[in-house]
Amino acid sequence: MRVTNMSEAIRFHFDVDGENFSSAGEASVMVKKKLRQLGFSPDVMRRVSIAMYEGEINMVIHAHGGTADVIVGEDAIEIILADKGPGIPDINKAMQEGFSTASDNIRALGFGAGMGLPNMKKYTDYMQIDTEIGVGTTITMRVNY
Amino acid sequence: MSTYKHSVSLDESKCKGCTTCLKRCPTEAIRIRDGRAVISSVRCIDCGECIRVCPHKAKKAIHDSFSQLDQYKYKIALPAPSLYGQFDNLDDIGYVISGLLAIGFDDVFEVAIAAEIVSAYTRLYLNNPNVPKPVISSACPAIMRIISMNYPFLCDHVIPLLPPVDIAAKMARKKALEEHPELSNDDIGVFFISPCPAKVSYVKNGFSGEEKLIDHVISVRDAYFRLLEVMKVENTPNAATESGMVGIGWASTGGEATATFNHRYLAADGIENCIRVLEQIDNEDINNLDYVELNACNGGCVGGAMTVANPYIAQARLQNLKRYLPVSPNRPTGDTIPEDSMRNSALSYEPNARLAEDRTKAMQMLHDIEEICRALPGTDCGSCGAPTCTAFAEDIIKGETNADECTVIMRALFHDYLKQHEEKAAEEALKPLNYKKT
Repeated sequence: MRVTNMSEAIRFHFDVDGENFSSAGEASVMVKKKLRQLGFSPDVMRRVSIAMYEGEINMVIHAHGGTADVIVGEDAIEIILADKGPGIPDINKAMQEGFSTASDNIRALGFGAGMGLPNMKKYTDYMQIDTEIGVGTTITMRVNY
Repeated sequence: MSTYKHSVSLDESKCKGCTTCLKRCPTEAIRIRDGRAVISSVRCIDCGECIRVCPHKAKKAIHDSFSQLDQYKYKIALPAPSLYGQFDNLDDIGYVISGLLAIGFDDVFEVAIAAEIVSAYTRLYLNNPNVPKPVISSACPAIMRIISMNYPFLCDHVIPLLPPVDIAAKMARKKALEEHPELSNDDIGVFFISPCPAKVSYVKNGFSGEEKLIDHVISVRDAYFRLLEVMKVENTPNAATESGMVGIGWASTGGEATATFNHRYLAADGIENCIRVLEQIDNEDINNLDYVELNACNGGCVGGAMTVANPYIAQARLQNLKRYLPVSPNRPTGDTIPEDSMRNSALSYEPNARLAEDRTKAMQMLHDIEEICRALPGTDCGSCGAPTCTAFAEDIIKGETNADECTVIMRALFHDYLKQHEEKAAEEALKPLNYKKT
């Protein structure tokens, strides 16, 4: 984990390991602990935690991992998830509840229910997806407080 | 929170200041200061893990003793079902009940009886489609503490039922007053025989939110040794168990959950596993579940830190003891949960991790903590007295310790010093270690 000082914010950086399903979600647990230390309300903690957890799982399932950055700003918490995965061909489709391109193997593990992106949208105040086929995806989310 | 009464405590004369408990505490509640363990009252959940792992037996559970029986005219024992699993070759629970009567109790009310009633109420509660699912058991006080500290959104998921021991206390007291109208409430002493320190703290802090139901908590271990003296094969029992498979099943993991019968359940044990399950529920990543049973101890209550037998051996014995018992002979009448079996208030969120009241100050502190973390070796060796390098950095910023307690950094500095100075100075510096140059 890396932290950089910005005049107005703290930034936490995590590498999300793409090889290990059992460690997926660790960054979100760590962020929750940090937000607890900063005294954020249960509601804000939960929204950030779920959005980040879903994003982490997505990166592990689809993109062999990536990076997660959480920036605690003056009135919002920003989450930036970046991967070098296959990219999302049809964002509208991917945003539909229940739509998933996860393999049967992954579904057998209990993932790939097609709720990842919809939940991320649902729990955040702002979400932007930048994706390029074969290059990767960066998702920026914001939770206002 | 500073007034919180803990059962888990330290015998300073035995503590060597080793890092065993430090590394095993699930809530990072222990620090080593001046060569002795110090337990944070705010963070400790009384799970008893440190008692189990301490190689010097310096950690202990504070509980009441049998001498307190003398204070009361009428003494009632509430044996936890885990007590029955402590005895080798026991084939009839009646021996334990008769034994308790023989060592000075006037009545015995089995907690397993109340457990069956709680199971019946739990099934009723789960039938209500409007309750937040999954419903989480309220039986393990260590789990309740961790939920109230860290999982505000799960507080509503905890079943608002009193745990079996409180229901047992109520029923036992009522029965005593009915059968002995000459007694006043103060004449009656209710003694819970508990497998774990978390239950001691639960009772001592009045967590049920009720008027005092249980007067004293005795350990299963103390009761075991007392009972051994009177439990002889030739002393044919003059009492029999009134509990069934369901009630006795509560002593080990899964017993409580399977008693929900047709509901979809999860049963976990071991504090680390339980925390992982809670995290996943908190992230809404466990679906299709009605009920969650979580036990801080491996094996469930039979694994409590105040028991004698290995939890799995105790479980096997209980398996034999309950084999020929009826499934659940204690069932309440009616199809509503009576008010007096419910908690007075929902579990409340009591955060304890906040660095500072002021957000800007907390941000600055957290920033400094992260900065220090980057400079620390990341070995999490515990020699500084904190369980991890991150916890050490937090302690430094909170002003509870100093950076020069890091032995890894100090060792590196020392080696540099040796390199820079003449050999003689180096030998001088190493003298206290009886260093011999080869």
